[in-house]
Amino acid sequence: MRHEMLLTFAALAILVAEVFTSEKNKLRIIPFALGLFALITVVGFIPGETGNLFGGSFQSSQLTTFMKNILNLAVLIIFLQAEGWLRKKENADKISEYFILTLSTLIGMNFMISAGDFLIFYIGLETATIPIAGMAAFDKMKSRSAEAGIKLILSSALSSGILLFGLSMLYGATGTIYFADMAGLIAKDSMTLLGFIFFVSGLGFKISLVPFHFWTADVYEGAPIMVTSYLSVVSKGAAVFIFTIILFTVFKNIVDLWQPMIYTLAVFTMTLANLFALRQDNIKRFLAFSSIAQAGFILVGIMGAGELGMTSVVYFVLVYVFTNLGAFGVVAAVHNASGVETISGYNGLYKTNPMLSLLMTLSLFSLAGIPPVAGFFGKFFLFTAAASKGYYILILIAVLNATISLYYYLRVIKAMFIDKNEEPVSWFRSTTAMRISLVMCVAGVFIIGFASGIFEYIRTISQLFLN
Amino acid sequence: MDILTLLVIIPILTMIGILFTKDNKGARVVTAAGMCVQLIVTAVLVFLYLSARKSGVMHEMLFTADYLWFPSLNIHYAIGVDGIAVAMIALTSIVVFAGIFASWEVEYLSREFFISLILLATGVYGFFISLDLFTMFLFYELAVIPMYLLIGVWGTGPKESSAMKLTLMLMGGSALLMVGIFGIYFNSAPDGGPLTFNILEIAKINIPIDMQRFFFPFTFVGFGILGALFPFHTWSPDGHASAPTAVSMLHAGVLMKLGGYGCFRVAIFLMPQAAHEMAWIFIILTTISVVYGAFGAIWQTDLKFINAYSSVSHCGLVIFALLMLNQTAMDGAILQMISHGLMTALFFALIGMIYGRTHTRNINEMGGLMKVIPFLAVVYMIAGFASLGLPGLSGFVAEMTVFVGAFQHHDMFHRVVTILVCSSIVITAVYILRVVGIILLGPLKDQHHAHLEDAKWFEKLSTVTLVIAVAAIGIAPLWLSDTITASLKPIVTRLAMVIPF
Repeated sequence: MRHEMLLTFAALAILVAEVFTSEKNKLRIIPFALGLFALITVVGFIPGETGNLFGGSFQSSQLTTFMKNILNLAVLIIFLQAEGWLRKKENADKISEYFILTLSTLIGMNFMISAGDFLIFYIGLETATIPIAGMAAFDKMKSRSAEAGIKLILSSALSSGILLFGLSMLYGATGTIYFADMAGLIAKDSMTLLGFIFFVSGLGFKISLVPFHFWTADVYEGAPIMVTSYLSVVSKGAAVFIFTIILFTVFKNIVDLWQPMIYTLAVFTMTLANLFALRQDNIKRFLAFSSIAQAGFILVGIMGAGELGMTSVVYFVLVYVFTNLGAFGVVAAVHNASGVETISGYNGLYKTNPMLSLLMTLSLFSLAGIPPVAGFFGKFFLFTAAASKGYYILILIAVLNATISLYYYLRVIKAMFIDKNEEPVSWFRSTTAMRISLVMCVAGVFIIGFASGIFEYIRTISQLFLN
Repeated sequence: MDILTLLVIIPILTMIGILFTKDNKGARVVTAAGMCVQLIVTAVLVFLYLSARKSGVMHEMLFTADYLWFPSLNIHYAIGVDGIAVAMIALTSIVVFAGIFASWEVEYLSREFFISLILLATGVYGFFISLDLFTMFLFYELAVIPMYLLIGVWGTGPKESSAMKLTLMLMGGSALLMVGIFGIYFNSAPDGGPLTFNILEIAKINIPIDMQRFFFPFTFVGFGILGALFPFHTWSPDGHASAPTAVSMLHAGVLMKLGGYGCFRVAIFLMPQAAHEMAWIFIILTTISVVYGAFGAIWQTDLKFINAYSSVSHCGLVIFALLMLNQTAMDGAILQMISHGLMTALFFALIGMIYGRTHTRNINEMGGLMKVIPFLAVVYMIAGFASLGLPGLSGFVAEMTVFVGAFQHHDMFHRVVTILVCSSIVITAVYILRVVGIILLGPLKDQHHAHLEDAKWFEKLSTVTLVIAVAAIGIAPLWLSDTITASLKPIVTRLAMVIPF
């Protein structure tokens, strides 16, 4: 419960600070919020108690705590990256809103991950979703941003409805909403199957799996970059966590029923997202489709139902946080300095901004799963999990997709290193906070792969959780 | 610190060193210094290896070290070398050394150039010392990926598309390979017990035959793509033609050998029954590689394309020989890898040097260069003679051994393909002599070429190193082939156990 309480406290503290700062001093909220959140992130890593609350509605284990810590780290990096953007004049009157909205969704996600029944799960999910719509429409004077917000809220509402419909069927079939009880009562009847399909569809929207992905690209493109990165990393990561937990615990008795579904979803998600990503020129849309493809790879890991599957998924999300935020950080830095948002705008970037280009290259290689960066290990273990259950053909499809994805990642690298440009993005100095965040990303991308202790730790806590 | 890890550490330190240099000159001096140290370490390794064998150490692998990395998946950083790996490492060191000096005059972003080049070399060294499939695969991909930037940034001609084609095809190969590795890993303990990635451990058991049948093609084709196996060779001509000199040298000289090496160390060694059963398919493919590559070389007019097709032909011969699955032919395959590595590196170095002077690679626009640049011309002829298998140079030793080994099979199929492959010698002679005749001999075609400067000191150093190596193998092949033969014993014994002859 500590994470949730700390975050609630932080959100309230920022709200109070907002009330008591004069118009001139609004900018001081940024360092205050950053410092506060950094503290919370650190405190989150202190080992705490585990157990159940509210009669099993709220469960806390080492694994869920670790998942929350991953999300905290991601949000910390995003806050650091957002610092320069929030200091801009157009955002002066809504600085604390950004922090409060983000923290509210994070609280929702934490509750969702710790859910012990479908009620808390649903409350957490909604708390996590609704403020994001506000965040997507953060540039309220820009029509694209407003459009993103409305698209997000409409599709979220629809998916929540579908999800809730599925949950009600599952309740009808088993007579309980508690995860622990439902796991024993679940049977292979048509009602359960239908409920399960609705459940997967509803959550599929949140993780943006094909064919529930249509909102993703538009929202990612329209929303401010710092919100896009939040959507693609934190929001997706949390949804993946709870999806994996529910599949591996509640639905563990009908594994042979859901595996074919996840198999199909994985194949479609990877392949279609990759094919769409090939043609994008807007870097945010490009990263949107790339993140859908990554979700497809995560599904491959989920096929390894069991502790190896759980370990590889959590590990991959951890890698993905640092990798993707590295890429988004560079995109944000370039956008803040020059307004460039297209891949062709990155032409010749290496000449003017070599460090940023190298960071981008590392991040993209990590996304593509190229050694020695962490993405290689993440993908390898995801595929190991699937291979442990014998899904070799799925792995073949996945690795071929990884090869296709390499093509579009290389396109960006080609733009930065090879293509000529008359007017490349001129040299600029990123803000200190941005630099710190990028250093964190690079360190993470190198360390997480080679430090096998992290993987082993996740493996241990996954074992504890699933048994 | 064991000597094998040192082979990976030195390049990494060199790369870090290059980061701290200020200008082009500093970068290349640091690189050259690093690779000189690497060459010395390699020489020490060869010496230590030979003396250890002489004193009667019988272990399959020497200088082994083993560190547990990911305990729950039983992934180790396990290293060790036998004679074959030592020979490949020596080849790598020589080619890298020569490559650095051949690209002495790279001016554009030279720090980045040398870092990428050394990164590629790091991957190659790591690959050859690995005994664990995971690290082997890691280093394999590490060696492939710098190629994109090396060709894309410093290449010539249609470099972007060539670089993309090459990278995607090779990465597609490693995708297949990954499936194969998973198959091997999850079948590495059919009787229960911990799964393992360690090659030597897996070699002690027999992977179930139906699993072998399923995973052998993945593994073999995965490596085969890098070895320019027909019909997956198409990246090779484009890639080599667009790549800058040192990259062509390293790629054709060393990187393509990763394919051949992996084919026998992983695919054939670990899945011998499937190798025996499916050999005929791949023998047909490699026969096509050999003959088609040779004919391709005849029709080309660009020097680099000629050499690239000739590489397809010669690397096809390597895999062809491996698939004969007997001692002599495999012996020849390894020799051919080393011999081809050296002489193709020499060729590419010379082509780069000639191109740097004449600014054309079209053979019809050159002629009579022997009079203008005698040093380069003579070395070119030596390389050509080695390539067409003149006795006294490395090519003869290798090809002879391959064909003797191939003829040990008595059945009709093997006889026919062997004869077809033998015919490539004649075709090779045609395209080599044709090029030598056109560009080196005869009257000077282009008057602009009348005052070309002959080789500079670094070019001489680069080419002479390779010529010495080529000649050394040709004149005294026994020490090398003895080492290889001794190291092939475990593999051949294993093949003999499962294959009825």
